[in-house]
Amino acid sequence: MSLVAEDILIVLPEIIVSLMACLILVLDLYLPARLRAWTSFSLALVTLLITVLIILSNSDSNSVVGLNSLVVKDRISDLLKAGICLFSAVVFVYSRRYALERGFWRGEYVVLGLFGVVGMMIMTSAYHLLTVYIGVELLALCLYAMVGMQRDSIPASEAAMKLFVLGALASGVLLYGMSLLYGLTGTLVISEMSTEVGQIGTPGLPLILALILVVTGLLFKIGAVPFHMWVPDVYEGAPTSTTLFLAAAPKLAACAMILRLLAEGLEGLFQTWQEMLIAASLFSVVLGNVVAIAQKNIKRMLAYSAISHMGFFLLGILSGTAMGYSAALTYILIYGVITLGVFGVVLTLTRQGTEADLIEDYKGLNHQHPWLAFLMLLLMFSLAGVPPTIGFYAKLSVLQSVIDAELAWVAVIAVISAVVGAFYYLRIVKIMYFESPDTGTDIQLNCGNAQHLILSLNALVVVAAMPWIGTLAEICSQAVASIR
Amino acid sequence: MIPLSHYLVLSAVLFALSVVGVFLNRKNLVIILMAIELLLLAVNINFVAFSHYLGDPAGQVFVFFILTVAAAEAAIGLAILILLFRNRHSINVQDLDQLKG
Repeated sequence: MSLVAEDILIVLPEIIVSLMACLILVLDLYLPARLRAWTSFSLALVTLLITVLIILSNSDSNSVVGLNSLVVKDRISDLLKAGICLFSAVVFVYSRRYALERGFWRGEYVVLGLFGVVGMMIMTSAYHLLTVYIGVELLALCLYAMVGMQRDSIPASEAAMKLFVLGALASGVLLYGMSLLYGLTGTLVISEMSTEVGQIGTPGLPLILALILVVTGLLFKIGAVPFHMWVPDVYEGAPTSTTLFLAAAPKLAACAMILRLLAEGLEGLFQTWQEMLIAASLFSVVLGNVVAIAQKNIKRMLAYSAISHMGFFLLGILSGTAMGYSAALTYILIYGVITLGVFGVVLTLTRQGTEADLIEDYKGLNHQHPWLAFLMLLLMFSLAGVPPTIGFYAKLSVLQSVIDAELAWVAVIAVISAVVGAFYYLRIVKIMYFESPDTGTDIQLNCGNAQHLILSLNALVVVAAMPWIGTLAEICSQAVASIR
Repeated sequence: MIPLSHYLVLSAVLFALSVVGVFLNRKNLVIILMAIELLLLAVNINFVAFSHYLGDPAGQVFVFFILTVAAAEAAIGLAILILLFRNRHSINVQDLDQLKG
């Protein structure tokens, strides 16, 4: 029961980020107003980058379970924690100017973001139902507050309320499923649960009910159909900086949670949850892509696109093979990079008074800002999955794994809907390149040099990373090797 | 001794009531917040009952964490409710109609 240095090492990233978040909160109280915005921002960035370095330097192939088997440190957790910290750092860079102009870039915003990062990191290394729940809730509570941060905005407060009610309901359902699992298996530790579930031959009704509740909670959290209602409203209503925060990194954490709970803890029930995920993923892919066509607001369109991408991610999980899990992990990392870039472009076009969130705001962007239009073009091609981009590779690898799992019909439906999806991504390209801007409108860019540089790098990565895509796939397949 | 099934039925009933409370209620957001609290309490009954029945204290420890998180959640929920009331002067569920499409 004693705390040893090894245990501390497992949760070192979480400890550092939480301590720094507390420090920023206190510093923010005492510093003069003109220093505040800079100190909280730069301290948060430094913290996240140092955490990435620490995670990478402590990374090895052993998987260590510690703190009375509450947490685990393996390759999945290292990879995803580094990803979460890096993505969140980029989010802070993109969102600073937007939030400053709208008057909600206070110390609290940064602190909430950092605590959200802690929640996500706990989710990735959770090995016990208690830590899973604490991680989920820590992230969710921060997100509710961040969505409602722009206090004078009616859509933002409405989005915060919707996210709160549905998020709390989802946690409740997940928790109810966990309590049934606890009663049926007599343990809360995921590895022990896996053994217990494995010993049960055909699952009885209570176990299936518990599984349904857990899967429902998980699908709610990633926003897959039929539990996707909150996604479009929250994406549209939340301030764009918060939309960016909740669109990228939390998906990585949810990926880890799904791998640990379904692929590891409930592996014995694979047949049952595979059927549920097939339905959820196909409905997500189809509904997401079809409904996105009708959208006029780019944030809402990206929300439906997120739903369809979560469907593709689930395709990797439901194939149930090591290859499928690694494809899903690759998919979610690549999707995170692309999403960061897209919302980075959206944020660049906003300025005080305009949100630039209607698709027609992008009319003729190429005439005034060819470079930005080119970046957006790369990102849209990548979301659609057009070949020389990493988005293509991501889709290819999940589809490959589904076909290997002898579910070719699922892959066919997914590909058809991806083609439908290409329509609305390419429509943005068409509007940017082939339509002339409304007379008298002057699209201004709103970003500093550093932000512009990072945005350019971010968008170019979707093409430039192609030669190294094999390395990424290799890293991901090594990571999922620790599942079994 | 009261058998385990009684507790499970009680918690299932509470769980169902609270889910119905969230979805069927069209009038007042405060009722939704209450339903969410009830949901967590239903889970707590489950955990305590199983924990006693299995002779394993881990479930009761879990309950303390749920109670703590529920308190934080209620705080943030009420904060958002006040925000909404300030902006819209209404906490009617049907008035949450700005975002759709």
